[in-house]
Amino acid sequence: MGSNDHLVGPRRMSSIQRSSRTARAVRHPETPIDEEYRELRLRRRRPALTALVSLILALVAAAVAGPAVAEQDGAPAKGSSTLVLAQDEDEGVDADDVDEQEPEPGLLFGTLREAGDGIGGVELSVVDDDGQVVGTTVSDDSGQWEFEVEAGDYVVTVEGLPEGIALRDDDGASREVSVSSGGRTAVPFQLGEATAVSGRAVLFAQQILSGLRIGLILAMTAVGLSLIFGTTGLINFAHGELVVFGAIVTWMLNAAGPQLHLLIAGTLGVIASGLLGLAIDRGIFRPLRRRGVGLFQLLVVTIGLGLLMRNVLLIWFGGEPRQYADYIGQQRLTLGPFGLTPRVLIVMVASTAILIGVATLLRTSRMGKAMRAVADNRDLAESSGIDVERVVSIVWVSGAALAGLGGIFYGVTLTVEYFSGFQLLLLMFAGVILGGLGTAYGAMLGSLMVGLITELSVVWFPDELKYAWGLGVLVLVLLVRPQGLLGRRERIG
Amino acid sequence: MDVVGALQTGLQSAFGTQAAVYALLAIGLNVHYGYTGLLNFGQAGFFLVGAYGVGISIATWGLSIWAAVFMGLVASVALALLLGAPTLRLRSDYFAITTIAVAEVLRLVANSAPAGPVTGGPLGLQFSSPFYAVNPFDVGLNLGFISYPVNTTWAMLVTWSLVVLATLAVALLMSSPWGRVIRSIREDEEAARSLGKNVFAYKMQSLVLGGVIGGTGGIMWAIVGNTVNANTFRPQATFFAYAILILGGAASRIGPIVGSMLFWFVLATGQSVVRQAGSAGYLPGGLAGPTALILTGLGLMLLVVYRPQGVFGNTRELSLDG
Amino acid sequence: MAEVRHPAAQALSDVPAEPGAPKPDPILVADGVSRRFGGLQAVDVDHLEIQRGVITGLIGPNGAGKTTLFNLLTGFDQPDGGSWSFNDRSLSGVAAHKVARRGMVRTFQLTKALSRLTVIDNMKLGATKQRGERIGPALIKVLWGAQEREIEERADELLDRFKLLDKRADYAGELSGGQRKLLEMARALMVEPELVMLDEPMAGVNPALVQSLLGHVTSLRDEGMSVIFVEHDMDVVMNISDWVVVLAEGRVIAEGPPAAIMKNRAVIDAYLGSEHDDEEAR
Ligand SMILES: Nc1ncnc2c1ncn2[C@@H]1O[C@H](COP(=O)(O)OP(=O)(O)OP(=O)(O)O)[C@@H](O)[C@H]1O
Ligand SMILES: [Mg+2]
Repeated sequence: MGSNDHLVGPRRMSSIQRSSRTARAVRHPETPIDEEYRELRLRRRRPALTALVSLILALVAAAVAGPAVAEQDGAPAKGSSTLVLAQDEDEGVDADDVDEQEPEPGLLFGTLREAGDGIGGVELSVVDDDGQVVGTTVSDDSGQWEFEVEAGDYVVTVEGLPEGIALRDDDGASREVSVSSGGRTAVPFQLGEATAVSGRAVLFAQQILSGLRIGLILAMTAVGLSLIFGTTGLINFAHGELVVFGAIVTWMLNAAGPQLHLLIAGTLGVIASGLLGLAIDRGIFRPLRRRGVGLFQLLVVTIGLGLLMRNVLLIWFGGEPRQYADYIGQQRLTLGPFGLTPRVLIVMVASTAILIGVATLLRTSRMGKAMRAVADNRDLAESSGIDVERVVSIVWVSGAALAGLGGIFYGVTLTVEYFSGFQLLLLMFAGVILGGLGTAYGAMLGSLMVGLITELSVVWFPDELKYAWGLGVLVLVLLVRPQGLLGRRERIG
Repeated sequence: MDVVGALQTGLQSAFGTQAAVYALLAIGLNVHYGYTGLLNFGQAGFFLVGAYGVGISIATWGLSIWAAVFMGLVASVALALLLGAPTLRLRSDYFAITTIAVAEVLRLVANSAPAGPVTGGPLGLQFSSPFYAVNPFDVGLNLGFISYPVNTTWAMLVTWSLVVLATLAVALLMSSPWGRVIRSIREDEEAARSLGKNVFAYKMQSLVLGGVIGGTGGIMWAIVGNTVNANTFRPQATFFAYAILILGGAASRIGPIVGSMLFWFVLATGQSVVRQAGSAGYLPGGLAGPTALILTGLGLMLLVVYRPQGVFGNTRELSLDG
Repeated sequence: MAEVRHPAAQALSDVPAEPGAPKPDPILVADGVSRRFGGLQAVDVDHLEIQRGVITGLIGPNGAGKTTLFNLLTGFDQPDGGSWSFNDRSLSGVAAHKVARRGMVRTFQLTKALSRLTVIDNMKLGATKQRGERIGPALIKVLWGAQEREIEERADELLDRFKLLDKRADYAGELSGGQRKLLEMARALMVEPELVMLDEPMAGVNPALVQSLLGHVTSLRDEGMSVIFVEHDMDVVMNISDWVVVLAEGRVIAEGPPAAIMKNRAVIDAYLGSEHDDEEAR
């Protein structure tokens, strides 16, 4: 990919200016009209669409929300969300500062995974300060386990592992942890294959695969982020929630409520995401743009919206990570040095195909060209007759749908979790900036790189720091190329 | 429903140390964003280094409290310099995302087990300092309607004093020719440059000043609570500081103070109401946290659209395109 | 055009009207300055000298590279190659703010009024070597109060000259487009430059105001300042320039006294052969 990827790169800019002699009496030299832009002119649509879409969205939401609440497996919503309030992933409000709560039991929990797959049947023991064994537990098929305890300090030990699985860490099978009243404490253990001897090379291959997987998903979600930025100048801090929204709607239709097959639920999830994107644009951002609300204010609106959506999703879905009902417990395939489950393979192939499709559409279709024209120079595009608002709406719909799809893929390969959107958002930002803000191809390239860097860092550095590496590389690249990899510098004066 | 109780909780929170600490964060942010136009989304990072500067100095290295405060300040300055050097020349949107990324990297590192020996990892640091030993008060503040324990009273006095000090210093600076250059950079940095101003140097000074004020918030957070935990410094902290800044009015002098009090008053009152509704059975329990944040999000959206100048911002100024 | 030549312009009477002609007392000399944007050669100036103490008009079709040349010379953009000097000191690679401090100040084609600063603050900002602009002394008003008063006096004088005095307490964002142009020019003068570079100072200004702006520009020359200005209106160019430089597709294709330029074949070709709007064609 090079500079010719820009429909209206520097070279084209000058030809537009040069051809301005055809236009009569252009008052301002910087807004000439170009034939080629004119070609891209798009027809207007009826405004009734808005109302219709909002209605559909409301219906989908109602249909989905109804059964889901009833479904919340056995455990009453009360208990589970009390824990959520003070859990590790809880946001800035420090419960202790505002709350004076009765002592409540706390929770120790964790997920045991090996190369992305949950490992069941791992036995764990919990011992308190005084050396008394409080109890033991065993991880379930998805590798998850939890243990309710009083507030205090504990030692959690892995007592038994299934065959072929070993602890990867050198610091032993025990963890010292403390739990606050009503709090949740994650206890991390890292598992690896027992054949740790061939170690690094195998891990390397495996991490390349993981990196590509997450990178492809990131790329899919980041296209929308980048296009929305490109066409409206808006940094959408709520984009991560669009990702999670798609994943959660799908979960509600698949693992709860109507129990649709994942393919059907996923399709509906993508549609719901697209509609949500449309509703957000039409319901919030378009009116605000009309009012002439400034970019900083719009950015704050996205922060507020993200906060709002994230917590609505939390109340709706709960704080636990969950899985879809289909395609779980698959046998791993071995492809040369790579080992992966069929569902991961399919997700990777599908996301590659979708990215290629999106790239092709952006390059060849009328709407794709219009999108890039608007992203490149909104005023120029507008003055050449492109219906910019329509383009923006379509960017929102397709961007949100892609985000939702990315979220579903993420849920299929890992878990569905209300908070993962925000984490992904930062990685998407890193990808989008690495590539150069506003260029869709840059976003894809950058996201792939961020995915790879994130996962490959695990080969040499602690797992917990992988996101830090992904974000850190961003800063390093900007040192060398402040405009990002495929970005272009702005003109002055 | 106990409305009076909810209001009490709200007021208690509005004058508490948390509101004072967030006022410091917002004053720093006001220097960055309100006056200089730097879209710093990493204020949580300054909050973090100030707090960990103190925490690590005392808990890990066993230094005295004064040395710890000094370390907290040094860490804030260092972060500003390291953060600013590569990013201050970037476009404002790049700057925003880079700063949030750097702050998150710091938090992830502080929170990681390998950093445990220094930062305490996910468990954070607990320590004790002679701060409360020098508490001159014998009884806590009692305003009749609300009252504070004796140690909290002392912590409030010190923290709010720092808030006032920072406000005065910023007001003084912003009304000087230095402040004029700073504001001109917010308006158009090319223009400032064309008039012979070293824009990079001024932005850096602004970043350091606002960062140190934010870092002071972190320092007080650590000293008051005798504990530091990485989860305090999520991006949320920055978002809250922005909410406070907008509520009070960007580029206004006492905006951050009033903003912080209002913000925590509303948040705590709201949370209390939802909790009461929960225990009375009107709502499912445990919704207080999420609901408060939903309302915060909604409030932020409405505020920035319908009253972007906040309580004290200048409407006339705001109507001009920036 | 039977012109009354300004004394300083007399020095140019022996200079040949050809691109790159050496001047008797150049304030600015550029050599081989070039800038590409992708495949487009925006600026490619072999040699150019600007005479001290006169008004030099810089003209050329849209996209000729005038603004880009300004950006390069004033340090707002970095060239791909070339060198230039101001008052015989090299300016290559010197940062924009240092260029301004050395006495070469530019204005922008798209006016950059500092909207949310008052008019008087805009003006005061222009003054250089202010003690109160350093962060330490800024805290202590006695260190800069006196200087501030001097600056304010000077600013008020200039505002008076530019008919903006009654607007001094208004926000710059509240001024009209033409008033902003005036303010930007006045603000540039606060820097006390030796050379002012004005990028289309008359664009979008009503004809009555143009006359007064022209008056200001010529009075700058009378005070001994050198002026380069970009302008599309040929009447204006002919009216006040002592010397005209023509840029097309990044190159200097002609230079000379205004009357000679009007008759120059290359110039006519450049304008008619390339884009031109009604205004330029007049
Ligand atoms: N940052 C940039 N990126 C790409 N191309 C640029 C950039 N800046 C200028 N150009 C191109 O360089 C050429 C010269 O532009 P410049 O602005 O210098 O022209 P100008 O002579 O000032 O024109 P005008 O009279 O219309 O102001 C134009 O073709 C323009 O499109
Ligand atoms: Mg120009």
